[in-house]
Amino acid sequence: MRRSSAASKKKSDSITSSTTDLFRSGPSKATSKEMDRIDHLFNQYANTSSNLIDPEGIEELCSNLEVPHTDIRILMLAWKMKAEKQGYFTQEEWRRGLKALRADTLSKLKKALPELEKEVRRQSNFADFYAYAFRYCLTEEKQKSIDIETICQLLDIVMGSTFRAQVDYFVEYLKIQNDYKVINMDQWMGFDRFCNEISFPEMTEYNPELAWPLVLDSFVEWISEKQA
Amino acid sequence: MDHGDGSVVLLERHSVQAAREGLITDAKDSPPSLLLSSQKMYRETIIDFEQGCKCLEAGVSELKRILEEETTSETLIDPKQYLELYTTIYNMCIQKHPHDYSQRLYNKYRDIVEHYAKKTVLPSIQQKHDEYLLRELSRRWGHYKVFVKWLSHFFNYLERFFISQRNQPPLLEVAMKSFRDRVYLEVQVSAKDVVIALIHKEREGEQIDRELLKNVLDVFVQSGMGTIERYKEDLEMFLLEETESYYARKASSWIQECSCPEYMIKSEESLKKEKERVTHYLHSSTESKLVEIVQDILLVSVEKHLLEKEHSGCSALLRDDKIDDLSRMYMLYHPIPKGLEPVADAFRVHVTREGNALIKQAQDAAANGSFVEAQLLVGKIIDLHEKYMVYVMGCFKNHAFFHKALKEAFEVFCNKKVGGSYGPELLANFCDSLFKKSGNDKLSDEAMEATIDNVIKLLDYISDKDIFAEFYRKKLARRLLFDHHKVNKEHETSMITKLKRQQGGQYTSKMEGMVTDMQLAKEFQKGFKGSLTKKPGGIDLAVTVLTTIHWPSYKKSTDLNLPREMVQCVEAFNSYYQSITTARKLSWIYSLGTCHVIGSFDPKPIELVLSTYQAVVLCLFNDTERLTCQEIIEQLNLSHEDLVRVLISLSCAKYRILNKEPASKSIATTDVFEFNSKFTDTMRRIKVSIPPPSMEEREKVVEDVDRDRRYAIDACIVRIMKSRKVLPHQQLVAQCAEQLSRMFKPDIKMIKKRIEDLMARDYLERDAEDHHIFKYVA
Repeated sequence: MRRSSAASKKKSDSITSSTTDLFRSGPSKATSKEMDRIDHLFNQYANTSSNLIDPEGIEELCSNLEVPHTDIRILMLAWKMKAEKQGYFTQEEWRRGLKALRADTLSKLKKALPELEKEVRRQSNFADFYAYAFRYCLTEEKQKSIDIETICQLLDIVMGSTFRAQVDYFVEYLKIQNDYKVINMDQWMGFDRFCNEISFPEMTEYNPELAWPLVLDSFVEWISEKQA
Repeated sequence: MDHGDGSVVLLERHSVQAAREGLITDAKDSPPSLLLSSQKMYRETIIDFEQGCKCLEAGVSELKRILEEETTSETLIDPKQYLELYTTIYNMCIQKHPHDYSQRLYNKYRDIVEHYAKKTVLPSIQQKHDEYLLRELSRRWGHYKVFVKWLSHFFNYLERFFISQRNQPPLLEVAMKSFRDRVYLEVQVSAKDVVIALIHKEREGEQIDRELLKNVLDVFVQSGMGTIERYKEDLEMFLLEETESYYARKASSWIQECSCPEYMIKSEESLKKEKERVTHYLHSSTESKLVEIVQDILLVSVEKHLLEKEHSGCSALLRDDKIDDLSRMYMLYHPIPKGLEPVADAFRVHVTREGNALIKQAQDAAANGSFVEAQLLVGKIIDLHEKYMVYVMGCFKNHAFFHKALKEAFEVFCNKKVGGSYGPELLANFCDSLFKKSGNDKLSDEAMEATIDNVIKLLDYISDKDIFAEFYRKKLARRLLFDHHKVNKEHETSMITKLKRQQGGQYTSKMEGMVTDMQLAKEFQKGFKGSLTKKPGGIDLAVTVLTTIHWPSYKKSTDLNLPREMVQCVEAFNSYYQSITTARKLSWIYSLGTCHVIGSFDPKPIELVLSTYQAVVLCLFNDTERLTCQEIIEQLNLSHEDLVRVLISLSCAKYRILNKEPASKSIATTDVFEFNSKFTDTMRRIKVSIPPPSMEEREKVVEDVDRDRRYAIDACIVRIMKSRKVLPHQQLVAQCAEQLSRMFKPDIKMIKKRIEDLMARDYLERDAEDHHIFKYVA
C-alpha cells in the first residue's frame, strides 16, 4: 500500500508539471483504491509478457469503449497519457492518463472522453496536441519527417472535423505534387497556423513573402490556378 | 556741451543721421565751420517761440523755392542763413524753462515735413498719369530727400540731444513716415500699375527708361521703413502674378510652334532677360522668385511634353547627336529641383530602346539559324555603351542621375536571352574569341586594354556574374590547355587583374590559380624531362599538372585502357611525381590530352594531331584489322557517348582515317571499323578535330553555379542570423538578397528553401510567439 501511495505522490508531481487542466484541480493524491482499479483495468488489456498494452490490446479497448480505433479520441487519450510509442501504452502512461481523467473504470473512462475532447480542442491546448500527433507518428530513432501517405491520414484524423475543406484540398495537393516526399514538423505546424489564420477558400490574407513554409506557398498557388 | 564760455561746437559731420535709410543721398555734408561768426551771433536775449518759427519758416520757404527751381548746385542755402537757422534752433533748445522749446520744435519739424508732403509733393504727382506719373514721383522723391536733408542740418542739435534723451523717433524716420503716409500710400497703386505696364512693354521688346524704374522702385523699398514689406506687398506680388500669366501665355504658344531646341533657346533667353531686369532696376530679393516662376512655367509644367516631342524631343536629339541642345537641356533643368529626373528618364528609355533593338536583331538572326549576329552582339553593345557614355560625361556633366540611367538601361537588355544563351555566356564567348585573336596580333596592346576595360564595364550590368565567371573559367581552361602557344599571357593576366579589382579577390582566385598552375606545370615538366634517362614507351611525354580546385571539374578517366606504351608513360611520371612530392594524389584526365601519332598510310606517312581518346582508339588497330563499336567500348572501357564522338571524327568527318561499314553518318554499336590505309592528304601533318560538347557544357555550368549558389545563400543566411540573432523573415530575405546581389540575383523561393533547410538542420528556429520571426540557434 505504501508503495502505491508513494508512487502516486510521484505521479501527481509529474502531472503538475504538464498541461494546465481543470481536471487537476481536484485533490492531487489518488486514493490507493482508485489506483488499484486503474491497474486492474490495465491488466485487462495488457500483454502479460511485455507488460504493455500492445496494438491488439488497444483495439480491444477501443471496441469496448465503442470508439473506432482510428478515431481522434484515442489519439487524444494517448496525448493525455503522454504515450511515447505509437500503438503501445506502458503502465506508467496508462496510470498517468487515467488518473488525470479520474477514470478508474471502463464506464468512467468512456464518459471522460467527451470532456477530454473539449479539453484538447481548447485553443491553448490544441497546438500542443497537434505537435504531439506528429511526433507520435515518428517511429524511428532519428526520424524527423513523415511520408506523405501517413501525413494525409493524420491530417484527416486530427483536423478533418474542424477544417474539412482545407484538409481535403491539401491532401489532394500533396498527393499530386512531386516536390515533397515527406513533411517535417515545421511544415506540419505551418498547416495548423494556416487553417487558423487564413480564410478559406478566399485566402486573401495569405502573403507568400512572409515566412510561410514553401510547401504552403505552392499549395496556395496551386489552388489559385485551379480556381482561375 | 559747455554753454559757459560761449563757444559752440558745430557739427562736422552728420554721421549718424546720414546713414539712415538712404534718405540723405550723400553722407559727406559738413556745414561750413564758421566758429567765429557763431560767437558773434550768440545772443543773450531769449527767443520767443513764434519768433523762432518765423525765422524757421522763412528758411523752409527758401528751401522749397530753390527746390522748385531745380538748381543743380549742392549748396542750396546761403551759409549765413543756414547758420542763423541752426543757431536759432539751438538757442530755443537750450533756453531755460519755460522757454526751452525742444518738444515744440520737434513737433514743428513734423508739421513742416507733413505739410510739404501733403501740400506740395502729393498734389503734383496726382495730377499726372502713366509714365509722367512715375517721372513726377521720381522727381518729387528726389526733392523730398534733399529737403529733409537740409532740415536735418537745421535741426541737428535737436537730433543729437533731445531725441536721444527722450527716446523719440529720429528726424529722418519722422520724415519718411510722413512721406509714406501722405504720399506713398496715396499713389502706390497707380504707380505700381504703370511700373508693371512698363515691364510688360520691355518684355515685348520695347525700350524703357530703366533709370526711372530704378528710382521709383527705390521709393517702394524705402517706404518699407526698415523692412522690405511695402515693396513686396505693393509691387513685387503683382509683378510676380503678371510674370506668371505672361509666361504662361508664351509657354502655350511656344510649345505648339517650336521644336524642342527652339523652345529651350527661348527659355534660356527669357531667363537671361529676367535676371538682367533684376540687375538693372528690380530689388535683388526678387531674382530668385522671378527665376523660379519662369522656370516653373516654361520648363517644369511642360517638361514631359517638351521631352517627348516627336521629332525634336530628347530621344531625337540623342539620335541625331545634338550635343549643344542636350547640353542646354541639362543646364536648364539642372537648377530645378526634380527637373533632371525626367531628362535622365528619357535618356534611359532611349538607350534601353537602342539596346533592345540590337538584342532583337541578334535574336531574330539566331531564330533563322545564323549565329554570327550573336557573336557580333557583344561588340555592338560595347560600342553602344561607349557612345552613350560620351553623352553622360559631356552634355550631362557626369551627373549621377545619368550614370544611373545608363546603368539601368544596360541592365535591362544585357540580361536578355539570345538564341539559347544569354548575357554572361555571350560575354564569356566574346572574351574567348578576343584572347584567341590576341595571339595573332590583330589588336594593338592599347586596343586590347581598352576592350578589356569595356568588358569589365559590361560585366557590371550583368546580374548573374557568377555564371560569367564559370563560363569564363571553362573557356580559359581550354585556352590554357589547348591553345597555349597562342595565348598572350599579358593580356590574360591583365583581364584577371581588372576583374579582381572590380569584383574582389574571391571572384578571380581560381582563375589566377589556373594561370599559376600552367607556370608550375612547366617547371614540373622540365624536372621530369631532366630525370628521364630514356623515353618511356618510346614516347615524348609532356605532362601538365593542375591543382584540382582551381580548374573546372572534369570527368576522371583513370579506368581507360591505355595502350602499353602509354601505360609506361603514366607509370614513369607517377613515380617521378611521388618522388618529389608528398601526400598528393594524381588523377589523370585523358579527355584533355593531345597526341601526335604517325599514321603509316600507303601513299605517305602523315602525322596526325589527335586527342588522346582518338589516339587510343586508333592504336587498337595496330593489333587488329577490324573492330566493331561494341568491341572497342569493351576493350577500351570508354563511355558510349565519348566513343561515338571519337568515331564520328575519325570516320564520318573531314578526314576518313577509319573506314566504316555501313557508311552512314551515325554510329551504331554493330558498325565495323577498319584502318583506312589508302588515306592521304596534301599536308604532312593534319589536326583531326573533335568538337567539345557545348550543350552539355552549358548545362553543367548552370548546375555547378546552382550548387555554389546554394552554399552561398546558406552561408549568407547563417552569417546574417549569427550577427542579428533575431530577425523577421522579410528582413532576412531582403538582407540576404542584397548581400548576394554583387554576384547574382537570388531567387526568393530559393532563399526561402534554404531557410527551411537550415531550420531542419537546427541552425535556425521560428520564434514561439511570432511565426514570421527567426532566431539563431547557437
